[in-house]
Amino acid sequence: MRSDPADYELVAPRTLQAVVSLLAHEPGVWLIIAGGTDVMVQYAAGKLPARNLVSIWNLPELRRVEIFPDEISIGAGCTYTDLRQHVVIGRDFPLLVSAASWTGGIANQNRGTLGGNIVNASPAADSLPALLAYEAELVLVSVRGERRVAYGNFHTDYKKTELASDELIRAICLPRRFSGYLSHARKVGARNAQAISKVCMAALGRLAGDAVEDVRIAVGSVAPFPLRLAETERIVKGKPIEPSLVFLARNTAAAEVRPIDDIRSTARYRSAVVGNLVAEFLARLGAYEKKA
Amino acid sequence: MRSDPIVGVSVPRKEGRDKVTGQARYIDDMVLPDMLFGATVRSQIPRGRIKKITFGPGITWDEFVVVSAKDIPGKNCIALIVDDQPCLADGIVNHPEEPILLLAHPDRHVLPKAVAAVSIEYDPLPAVFTIEESECHSEIIWGADNTFKTYLVEKGDVDQVWGKADYIVEGEYQTGAQEQLYIENNGVIAAFDPEQGVTLWGSLQCPYYVHKALMTLCDLPADKVRVVQMETGGAFGGKEEYPSMIAGHAALLAIKFRRPVKIVYDRMEDMAATTKRHPSRTRHRTAVSRDGKILGGEIELTIDGGAYSTLSAVVLSRATIHAGGPYCWPNIRIRAKAVATNAPPHGAFRGFGAPQSIFAMERHMDRIARMLNLSPIEVRRRNFLKPGQMTTTEQTVREPINLNQLLDRALELSAYRSKRERFSKENVIGTTRKGMGVAAFLHGAGFTGSGERYLASVVGVEGCADGSVRVLVSSTEFGQGTNTVLCQIAAEALGLPYDSVQIAQPDTNQVPNSGPTVASRTAMVVGKLVQSAALGIQQTLTGCGMLGDAYAPEEFRAACQNYVAVHGPFRSWARYEAPRDVFWDDEKYRGEAYAAFAWAVYVAEVTVDLTTYSVSVNDFVALQEVGKVLHPVLATGQIVGGVAQGIGFALYEKVIWQNGRMQNNQMTNYIMPTSADLPSIRVFFEEMGNVHGAFGAKGIGELPMDGPAPAIVNAIEDALGISFDSIPLLPEDIFEAVSAKSLLEHRPHPTGGVR
Amino acid sequence: MITPSGNRAKCELSVTVNGELKTVRAHPMERLLDVLRQQLGLTGAKEGCGEGECGSCSVLMDGALVNSCLIPVLQARGASIVTIEGVAEGPRLHELQQTFLECGGAQCGICTPGMILAAAHLLYKRPAPTVEEIREGLSGNLCRCTGYMQIFEAVAEAARRNATT
Repeated sequence: MRSDPADYELVAPRTLQAVVSLLAHEPGVWLIIAGGTDVMVQYAAGKLPARNLVSIWNLPELRRVEIFPDEISIGAGCTYTDLRQHVVIGRDFPLLVSAASWTGGIANQNRGTLGGNIVNASPAADSLPALLAYEAELVLVSVRGERRVAYGNFHTDYKKTELASDELIRAICLPRRFSGYLSHARKVGARNAQAISKVCMAALGRLAGDAVEDVRIAVGSVAPFPLRLAETERIVKGKPIEPSLVFLARNTAAAEVRPIDDIRSTARYRSAVVGNLVAEFLARLGAYEKKA
Repeated sequence: MRSDPIVGVSVPRKEGRDKVTGQARYIDDMVLPDMLFGATVRSQIPRGRIKKITFGPGITWDEFVVVSAKDIPGKNCIALIVDDQPCLADGIVNHPEEPILLLAHPDRHVLPKAVAAVSIEYDPLPAVFTIEESECHSEIIWGADNTFKTYLVEKGDVDQVWGKADYIVEGEYQTGAQEQLYIENNGVIAAFDPEQGVTLWGSLQCPYYVHKALMTLCDLPADKVRVVQMETGGAFGGKEEYPSMIAGHAALLAIKFRRPVKIVYDRMEDMAATTKRHPSRTRHRTAVSRDGKILGGEIELTIDGGAYSTLSAVVLSRATIHAGGPYCWPNIRIRAKAVATNAPPHGAFRGFGAPQSIFAMERHMDRIARMLNLSPIEVRRRNFLKPGQMTTTEQTVREPINLNQLLDRALELSAYRSKRERFSKENVIGTTRKGMGVAAFLHGAGFTGSGERYLASVVGVEGCADGSVRVLVSSTEFGQGTNTVLCQIAAEALGLPYDSVQIAQPDTNQVPNSGPTVASRTAMVVGKLVQSAALGIQQTLTGCGMLGDAYAPEEFRAACQNYVAVHGPFRSWARYEAPRDVFWDDEKYRGEAYAAFAWAVYVAEVTVDLTTYSVSVNDFVALQEVGKVLHPVLATGQIVGGVAQGIGFALYEKVIWQNGRMQNNQMTNYIMPTSADLPSIRVFFEEMGNVHGAFGAKGIGELPMDGPAPAIVNAIEDALGISFDSIPLLPEDIFEAVSAKSLLEHRPHPTGGVR
Repeated sequence: MITPSGNRAKCELSVTVNGELKTVRAHPMERLLDVLRQQLGLTGAKEGCGEGECGSCSVLMDGALVNSCLIPVLQARGASIVTIEGVAEGPRLHELQQTFLECGGAQCGICTPGMILAAAHLLYKRPAPTVEEIREGLSGNLCRCTGYMQIFEAVAEAARRNATT
């Protein structure tokens, strides 16, 4: 444990409003800590530059799930376990639940939050490709009120987001229009549990007749932030799934990503596996009966 | 006498209750009054001269104790074999993380900042990082030629086999470093006072190794150094020699400031700074006849010892002796060497050289099979050692081991044939490929050759005042079952209930030196001494008429109480005596290398996923002949645990080096298998007895480390038709090989089509 | 609000541990693991990695399995914590402790406290778990000694015994 607790301040206001006021009062000073599964690791390694932390753990305003007819709103403080246990999320957004079940072990799932995963903005974050595939919107809150941003625009660069220095994510909204889609998710890590992903994919697809009517393919760990494979989606849309299309899609996907060599894996491997995962998804989609 | 057997029964673990209730006391659970915490300032470069040390701003330095090499009262070395490793670097550093200074402070939390505030300027020197760089001698970093040790084993006349061979098969095989990854990091507490000397409590395997090292370092006589082992949370060899270093550090701080000092590493420091398994490179060149018999061969074996010699000579010895596997070599030459590199010294890790050379041998057997178009099974059958034949060191196999039968049984248990038939059909479609692989091997228990004679282990058994019996050994428990097994043996020998036998905490003030807890020797060698010493207690009581020849446990208890009341402390000692038929020639490296070998055949079933190139082990059969199973649950636990580490060695555990330093020194990126990654590991035993072991037991602790890696890589070759000769074998490596192969064969990727 | 570093004040907070209300004085960013071990003398939870990977620091917090090395003590204010010391009922061992002893689930013992709590948490949610569910439930607790099999057997056996009582 390489940090001295005496050097740090941590406060835990009882309401979201109080947190928001604090952030406005001293912008850029307070680092938000939710479940701590990212922040505390940096802290223990002696690598947390922030000295003032504000806890949003278990704030009721952030830990609720609201169901509306056309969307659900997931509080940013919902843990992976909360996601896994929620019946509607499980039914309507299986990609998110799969991702939650692959994040760490049970103990980390009980503490890690969806909002934290987004803000920490690791390119390898497990749940982010699902949010891209579902075209999530984020509700951001500050003293200035609330604003909604499309999650697809949220990441601007490696570990950089649209969040203002006095803002936090209040909720993640997912449109409820993907029943009837095939969901396909795969995480490729160094082992079957407790692994940071080398490549991960969340994909949705729907056929009309033989042809691809709609497809969304999002990938993580192969670029500075999670990516929709826009080009791959484009060449697949409207076409019947045949070996030649799969071949083309595989190569397009492998070329569309920007992976690096790092301590976990190589760029060449990551590109090839992305291609394979796309091919695997399309093969499944090709065999999928459209639900009425 | 008590009639139910105790040996061979799964009695409760002696210290088990404390472990499941959280009462067991590990070193970091222990606190002493006025205790300071210590930390180590370490080299940031692989090799160079220390120019200047600056204690930076922002730290109240006068609150700290600082120790450097000049504070060492005795000799600045960690006494082990060659004594070339300094306790603290003095002017020169030879590896990253080499300890230079020690700091201590009452507040644990301020130490990391203080360590970071010490800045050291160096004059770097060229460094050497691989076996190839070391052996080419372009930079000499140790001794005259970077070579810690060499061995030459010659049997028969190798030079005349080449002309007679129908095939000459060559192969080069490599294994990487592996981190022991005990879940409890290294830790010690040292205290000093001028009367008692140094007392050291720690997480360790060998109290007397630490005792010897502290005598030399602190210039203290034997009775002024006391070493006590605390409950130890895993060791696997990683706490065999390393604790002498951390103990030395804590002792130096305690001596300087006259207050107890605790040093406990965090995971990042433990992984970067302490020992790992020796990386290896083995080259085989084998002359084989048309019908698959080995006529002879040459094996060139090299291990990377890191910056100081430590135990490399001994690791090399075991690697050398096991290099020929369980096969008959009419002619062989083994040239082995351990070389220096500028990495933290490599050290003991379960298997101790055998996993490395056995990996090579068992991969090479499959290569020979392929060259000759024989099955891997058949080529092994044609070369297995038989009773009456000699090993590569000319040790005659005296026990009725039938390796063909062992192999048959393993093949049946694993459904090898029917599965391979099924896989050959299934492998042409889909995105996975399945395969089966076999490894046959042996593992010598106890110290090599004259080693046990040199150790001259002593064991005590005490009859206590309350009539119970206490085993006195320096052999330590660290999960493998020392406490339980030695108490079982004593209880069985005396005909007493298991509960009436206890074992003393290993404390050099209280127990004799029964040798280090290594080399799979504890149950076999130390156990046999416990048996003798226990019988000595019995003989004393019957000899003086206090006990009849047949007795009930209550009678024993009464007699023992009586004896102590009359005569005072009641102890019986047993000292190791080498068996008369065990001869070893240290010069020629020939003779009876080990008192006993355990024999094994392991079979792995794997699936290679061609979407992700990852390998999963789906089924694993571990069949071994072990003399006698003293405790079924413990013995099974040893095999399963060892196989799990072997699977890690093969497929997951890669140390990523940069300039001699481990870069992935965190649990998040040094990948050890989780419960979700391991198959059901099915364990089977055969028992042939062993005249040299307690109740017929052979050592089994290290055996399971030798077989998994080659069995798995053999299985992967069966699945993919691609030969891999280097471990760890990661999906990235498989991807590169599969791509290259697809390219060569102009075949589309399996997932290219619609199912 | 911002005070110079090194001078941050400690706070006092109440937390229930193994059924007893405790008051601790600590810096808010002290790790729950350290407060349990050093202030409350409950050394059963261990530090194996400090990064939430090994699970040897696992405790139950308000019924949920958590890694105490990743929890600032301020976030445990008012919570109910169960450590390994609270698992047995006096001298009577919990079913899991008993089966761990019988099946060889503990070798060196360092992962055992966290492993038993993870298993207890699993059995509470899944009284009759499949082998796969046991694997998944314990996948955040690393064991280097056992290769997990005897741990799974212990958990399965405890589940069986619970079902018959």
